[in-house]
Amino acid sequence: MNVAAREPAEPRPGRRTFLQMLLGAGLLGSLASFFYPVLRYMIPPASAELNSDEVVAGKIGELKLNSGKIFRFGSRPGIIVRNAVGEYKALSATCTHLDCIVQYRGDLRRIWCACHNGMYDLSGRNISGPPPRPLEAYDVNVRGDEIFVSRHKGS
Amino acid sequence: MISRVRAWLEERIGLSQITGFLSHKTVPVHRYSYWYFLGGITLFLFMVQVGTGMLLLLYYRPTSNEAFESVQYIVTQVRFGWLVRSIHSWSANLMVATAMAHMFSVLFLGAYRKPRELTWVSGMVLLFLILGFGFSGYLLPWNTLAYFATKVGTDMVKQLPVIGHPIMVFLRGGEEVSGATLTRFFGFHVALLPGITTLLIGVHLAFIQRQGMSVPRRIDAEWTADPSKRREMRFFPNFFLREAIAWYIGLAVLGALAAFFPWELGSKADPFAPAPAGIKPEWYFLSVFQTLKLIPPRLWKIDGELAGIFIFGALAAIWTLLPFLEGEAGKRRRLVTVVGILAIVFIAGMTLYAYYAK
Amino acid sequence: MRTTRNNLSPRVAGALRAAAFAVLLCAASAWAQEKPAAPPPAKKNSCVECHSVLDGPLQVTPEMAAQDIHASKGIDCAACHGGDPTADDDSAMSKAKGFKGKPKRSDIPQLCASCHSNGEYMRKYNPSLRTDQLAQYRTSVHGKKLKAGDDKVAVCSDCHTPHTILPANDPRSKVNALNVVSTCGSCHADAARMKPYGIPTDQVAGYNVSVHHEALTVRGDMSAPTCVTCHGNHGAAPPGLSSVENVCANCHVFQGQLFDGSPHKQPFAAAGLPGCVTCHSNHKIVRPSDAMLGSGPQSVCSNCHTGDDAGMKQAIAMKSGLERLHQKIDQADELLERAERSGMEVSQAKLVQAQARAALTKARVSVHSFGAAGMKADIESGLKLAEDDLHAGEQAMAERDYRRKGLGIAVVLILLTIAGLFLFIRQLERR
Repeated sequence: MNVAAREPAEPRPGRRTFLQMLLGAGLLGSLASFFYPVLRYMIPPASAELNSDEVVAGKIGELKLNSGKIFRFGSRPGIIVRNAVGEYKALSATCTHLDCIVQYRGDLRRIWCACHNGMYDLSGRNISGPPPRPLEAYDVNVRGDEIFVSRHKGS
Repeated sequence: MISRVRAWLEERIGLSQITGFLSHKTVPVHRYSYWYFLGGITLFLFMVQVGTGMLLLLYYRPTSNEAFESVQYIVTQVRFGWLVRSIHSWSANLMVATAMAHMFSVLFLGAYRKPRELTWVSGMVLLFLILGFGFSGYLLPWNTLAYFATKVGTDMVKQLPVIGHPIMVFLRGGEEVSGATLTRFFGFHVALLPGITTLLIGVHLAFIQRQGMSVPRRIDAEWTADPSKRREMRFFPNFFLREAIAWYIGLAVLGALAAFFPWELGSKADPFAPAPAGIKPEWYFLSVFQTLKLIPPRLWKIDGELAGIFIFGALAAIWTLLPFLEGEAGKRRRLVTVVGILAIVFIAGMTLYAYYAK
Repeated sequence: MRTTRNNLSPRVAGALRAAAFAVLLCAASAWAQEKPAAPPPAKKNSCVECHSVLDGPLQVTPEMAAQDIHASKGIDCAACHGGDPTADDDSAMSKAKGFKGKPKRSDIPQLCASCHSNGEYMRKYNPSLRTDQLAQYRTSVHGKKLKAGDDKVAVCSDCHTPHTILPANDPRSKVNALNVVSTCGSCHADAARMKPYGIPTDQVAGYNVSVHHEALTVRGDMSAPTCVTCHGNHGAAPPGLSSVENVCANCHVFQGQLFDGSPHKQPFAAAGLPGCVTCHSNHKIVRPSDAMLGSGPQSVCSNCHTGDDAGMKQAIAMKSGLERLHQKIDQADELLERAERSGMEVSQAKLVQAQARAALTKARVSVHSFGAAGMKADIESGLKLAEDDLHAGEQAMAERDYRRKGLGIAVVLILLTIAGLFLFIRQLERR
């Protein structure tokens, strides 16, 4: 279309130069403003993809026996715990009392909320302190050297 | 330089024959000439859809596990991904609107009449294809609203006797809306529909090229009475440049809509979750949706929804075959105009009703 | 000593009677089970036949009897009231058949305890049920007053009902967590009834606006405290000034620990002020707010501290710490909300906001160390998180502006082209 538009611009000189400049600058500029985003779009971003259905919570070997860490599960925090015999457990990390973020206490072998001393066992059951409900438990799958965490399906 | 390229091409493909028809093509100039732009704008929006659609394909993944996340990724991580996705969504909606407006302008200006019956039919089929694009594309981000709208939409087909259930299974790729449905809709949306549509657009344009622009009956009568009033404009470059201005305006509008009203993504579809309240299809299906809701569950001796589907099916068929039903020399012209106005009032009324009803 | 022994003997006798009865009953039921051929006939109960048509407290309908936990286990009316349920005439209620009629109120605890304090007997029905109710009851204010001859105080049947006794976890039970407050309140909120004892009657009204009541009824947290959580059930009595903190700290562990190490511990004890209750009240424990700190009109600090003492300075510093963090979080929330409404992606920052809010919650707990220094760590970690989020919000807004600027430039270029095209068409058509 730009070729077509520029093509018949051949009439008598004079104000033609101004018009040609205006049209040329407009066309070039607007085309640049279309193609700049397109080119930028085509360069793949460096950051890893989001996947809120199933996330990689960590790598094998990253967690020592009897320790835990917080990972991002979609828009909420999750906690992955490697218990004393090496099994992985993943749970929601949002305390059911006042939404604080819980942590794993290796000394107690329990999940503990620092805000009001709420305790959960590794199945997520609220066993002492103020939490009114259990933590949601997630499914854990180890594939390769990555630990995948996903929501329980269909339950 | 340019002349040498032209000569080179002329020798090989006969460029002048191709450009020749462009230079002979004229556009009638009269007080309704503005309506001629609508088809071109729709074509432009289709091209925008093809362009942005191809860009989205660079990152989109059509599986139930990844579809939502990949769109989220496009919108949040990819540079200008928000722009491409928003333009694709906005342009889709504007395209439905301009195609409908184009259809009604053709209807009221009587441009469907002999010898342009086939142009009208191809245009109507294109309109249905555009709606098919909308329906299939709506599901692709795999968000809650789209999931349930698709569920409801494909459920309606089931009401048809005998063939209803097989068609629904064909559309859904199974008994339920699932990952299989997504894969299917993706196939429809990026391969099947674009292929047919591109072909049909070619046919539609060839018809127009063959027959020239239609002059409204009243203008035609005026011009026949007084030939000195006849005005025409060369399609190229005069009309084409005006169309280009319209396209540029469309582009600016799309950009502004994308920047100020980025298309929302919603939350990921969860097939096990209960349907959220207020499930509504896209606005262009709202009038049909609302009407079907209003039809009582039993009409005389048949199922209400089934009756509704039959009525709409019959209406669509009648509408498509309108030029053949109008009769010789436009005997029922007035009737067509009245019906057209009633259709607009009905569609607008039902759409508004669906928006403001609970 | 003597009186105790005198009191004891009839109870022992009663227990023996009940035990003997129970043995017979078991033997009877065992016998019944050994003869499966005969369909078990509906056990005759002439008591209910007559009492179902009576009115008022004498009425016992078959439905009531069917719900009752004792009846459902085969322990019939005669177990408490004596007599012979198999007799059809008035002889059922004859002294000769051991009919006792309505037990005296003062005898009821012992009557119930004749089974419920018998571990061996209770094991046959519910091995995990405690058998110390009577012992606890004797330590309660109710039990002490009953012993002193006041039979208007609560006895077993007042809380557990006389004839429709249900396990406490049954939501219909008057001692279920959902009902126990109104059960206590049926006497304790009755001003006329409490008048001779000279105790206040506003406990239930206070509790009903408390955060504990809200947790129980609104949030449906069945572990939320009711009257009996702090006062005990069978041993109901006020916890006592010095032990209030121990009771609260059962759930509010950190607050209790911090208070014990705080500068308030000694002075409160010396002045006879009960720990938690001094600031939070006893029954009307409303949701605490930051306004309770500092020197404002809702301040509880100003009950003891005055304008210029060191304690008030700490209180003001603590309050301002909380306020600063709260403000910063709100500020970041507001900005992130705005950015999100403009279509920006800020989910990571919103995730961090949850951590900032957790820091605020922790800081509010560490208020109970009663020194600005004890809160410093929580406040500062929260401030830093909220500051980062604020920054993320600003970046998102900058990105939004960048988009709009980009759009602006593109629109200018588009308008330029349109103007060019327009002029070009005009020039073209002038020729």
